[in-house]
Amino acid sequence: MSIAEKFVAMEYGPAPEDPKEAQAWLERHGHRFGHFINGAWQAPAADEYFDTVDPSNGEKLASVAQGSSADVDAAVQAARAAYPKWLALTPHVRARYLYALARLVQKHARLLAVLETMDNGKPIRESRDIDIPLVARHFYYHAGWAQLLEREFSEYEPCGVVGQIIPWNFPLLMAAWKIAPALATGNTVVLKPAEFTPLTALAFAELCQEAGLPAGVVNIVTGDGSTGEALVKHPDVDKIAFTGSTEVGRAIRSATAATHKRLSLELGGKSPFIIFDDADLDSAVEGLVDGIWFNQGQVCCAGSRLLMQESIAEPLIGKIRERMSSLRVGLPLDKAIDIGAIVARVQLDRIHRMVGQGIAEGATCWQPEVALPAKGFYYPPTLLSNVHPTSIVAQQEIFGPVLAAMTFRTPREAVELANNTVYGLAACVWSENINVALHVAAQLKAGVVWVNCTNLFDASCGFGGYRESGYGREGGREGLLEYCSRHGLRMLPRCLLRLRPRFRAQVKSLRPVLPPSIAP
Amino acid sequence: MPIDHNHPGAAHEIRGQAGGIEPHARNSIATLGGCPLLQNSGIPLDLNWVQEVRVNTSAVERRAQTQVARRTVKKEWQAAWLLRAITCMDLTTLSGDDTDERVRRLCAKARHPVQQDLVQMLGIEELEVKVAAVCVYHLFVETALHALEGSGVHVAAVSTGFPAGLSPLAERVAEIRRSVEAGAHEIDVVITRAHVFGGRWQALYDEIAAFKQACGGAHMKVILATGDLLTLRNVARASVVAMMAGADFIKTSTGKEATNATLPVGLVMTRAIREYGERTGMAVGFKAAGGIRTAKQSTDWLAMMKEELGQSWMRAELFRFGASGLLGDIERQLEHHATGRYSAEYRHPIA
Repeated sequence: MSIAEKFVAMEYGPAPEDPKEAQAWLERHGHRFGHFINGAWQAPAADEYFDTVDPSNGEKLASVAQGSSADVDAAVQAARAAYPKWLALTPHVRARYLYALARLVQKHARLLAVLETMDNGKPIRESRDIDIPLVARHFYYHAGWAQLLEREFSEYEPCGVVGQIIPWNFPLLMAAWKIAPALATGNTVVLKPAEFTPLTALAFAELCQEAGLPAGVVNIVTGDGSTGEALVKHPDVDKIAFTGSTEVGRAIRSATAATHKRLSLELGGKSPFIIFDDADLDSAVEGLVDGIWFNQGQVCCAGSRLLMQESIAEPLIGKIRERMSSLRVGLPLDKAIDIGAIVARVQLDRIHRMVGQGIAEGATCWQPEVALPAKGFYYPPTLLSNVHPTSIVAQQEIFGPVLAAMTFRTPREAVELANNTVYGLAACVWSENINVALHVAAQLKAGVVWVNCTNLFDASCGFGGYRESGYGREGGREGLLEYCSRHGLRMLPRCLLRLRPRFRAQVKSLRPVLPPSIAP
Repeated sequence: MPIDHNHPGAAHEIRGQAGGIEPHARNSIATLGGCPLLQNSGIPLDLNWVQEVRVNTSAVERRAQTQVARRTVKKEWQAAWLLRAITCMDLTTLSGDDTDERVRRLCAKARHPVQQDLVQMLGIEELEVKVAAVCVYHLFVETALHALEGSGVHVAAVSTGFPAGLSPLAERVAEIRRSVEAGAHEIDVVITRAHVFGGRWQALYDEIAAFKQACGGAHMKVILATGDLLTLRNVARASVVAMMAGADFIKTSTGKEATNATLPVGLVMTRAIREYGERTGMAVGFKAAGGIRTAKQSTDWLAMMKEELGQSWMRAELFRFGASGLLGDIERQLEHHATGRYSAEYRHPIA
């Protein structure tokens, strides 16, 4: 097609991001990765590897080590050995490491964004404009907390060695949400990335080396569910932090129940997206795009249950369909794509199955006509209407670009329907009436409530759920509390007393110290 | 080429845009969501509609900001889009120091916006790229018509006490008639912002309707002066009233305000146009004026039109840029596409 022909057609055309830097990185590693333990790459003890695949075309990206109990043990030991020295560094020094990591993330932003898109399938626009900037922000923010730790958390001590298991939907961001607060408060870490998406965590390991992070402070052990299980059950881990499905969260809680281990869980959601008749409807529709058609709907807090006030339901559905028709589904590395690939075949099958079940139960399914790429795992944006609370698509998390829509008549009914779920992660309310918006928002049983917006995240805002969406918060001051606890002076072992910077400072300034028998 | 006033609904071509017009149903000038739309003849003022307008500023700003990142055009597609942007341009001179010769120079550029060697390098001779219109003060309408004779480029006259619009109504109306008699194809009028601040929608409607009547068959662009209106809700409500009163185009700014065309404002106005089209079956055009200086911005705006309204609004009949410096940046970008190098400004003939 000549320029003249394109002038007439006015199509977007392709706008591909260049993957060569990421491909070169994979090449440098020979498309094969060991674990990152004690500051160095180590081959898996059992010499087992599994493939990680690019879901946009089904092609293999690399072989990744399968973590055995021996690997997990080595990692935990490295973390344990590194812990006292890491703790003995002043919070200011830890802040500098976190700051350095933030800077390195920014420096390598493009590589990380492209790698994330290749491993996960999300559009490059999202990795580039949302994921990676939030990762850098998370490290900067927690560098700030580390700097302020003595002043703000003087009576707290870290957990010790922390085991962290993260999901595949925001691989590097979830790693940042776990690692940054843990390090800021003085813990050392063993992180197990998701089986589908290990690559950016492994790239992050290199950033730790580049920052000169002391060996053993951050350890990364790749593998499947069994690796995670080994980490959860390891006796020398002081805390487990998990983000993932409610089902697995439940299993972890059982496994850790009779132990000393602290636990935080960030699990699934079926978040309500409530639109009142006095909302800015066009903006609410854009909110839906940000909500359920962001990251292919693979977002724990996705507004996947639309609750529309009855009086505006029909025009709203019309607007939603029109907007869905302009969403572009295609190759994730194309900069002008809205919806990329689903992370894996098993997840795609699940979406198909659940939508099928929903339709069998009586839901009306609408999808725009969109040509999906021939290879890879793709699913079009989907609207299910004629849905009721009893519908499986209203109860269970689909984790795909599927919106289930219902109507309500009054604010009270909206709240009732919104809270009628085992989950409680997030919610959003759309209304230009301040009274309605604030009154309804306060009644929603969700850890995060957005008003006239959705899926807005920041490191400073605590994020987490009610009910079966888990407990514990990530981000903000409350997020730090997950990684440390208030101590009584007499509970500290003597060796740590000698090392505590606070005590050293007090000795230096000759300020009075309470005798151990008097608790603060 | 004068507009065919005898058939107000007929799709009229800007000469030279090869194949730029989609086949339409008889009398329709646009397609929206698959439905044909007619030229706007206005409707009675519907105050309920005006009062029901809701605009959430934060959400609009967020959409406008991500819109730019969501869509991009590269290589030959970018070149094609930039050429389309040129054909949607109203080359403008509205300075106190304008003279006939200055206007003639602008018109010469309007006829040949892209220099011949670049046209050849791009292989686009058949497109006969020209701008959509030249926009001047009434005093220069005759000069511009003469300079553009036979080219197909329209002459637009700013009117009604541009830019403040605060002269007595009778004089503003008379000013329109003078420009129409002089042969202007398009008239750009300004609204009384005070009516918006005071919520005097009937007064606003009446004044715009009076302007429309004075325009006769000339196309009326209604300048909302959004930089003065300030709130997006004001912009939305003023847009609705202007369309009801018979605007052929709604236009963001005079170009003289502190803030001129911004994407959030454009988003609000295009949404209003879409709603008007859906509810009345009539199409109103959109003009972004002022503050658009770079080639990248021009493709961002075209993408917004494509996303919010559709392909019909990527043509001069329903979309315009009011710009002067923009053309220069587009020329440099086209030269970069053709040669791989960015040119110095002096390599392109000035307007």
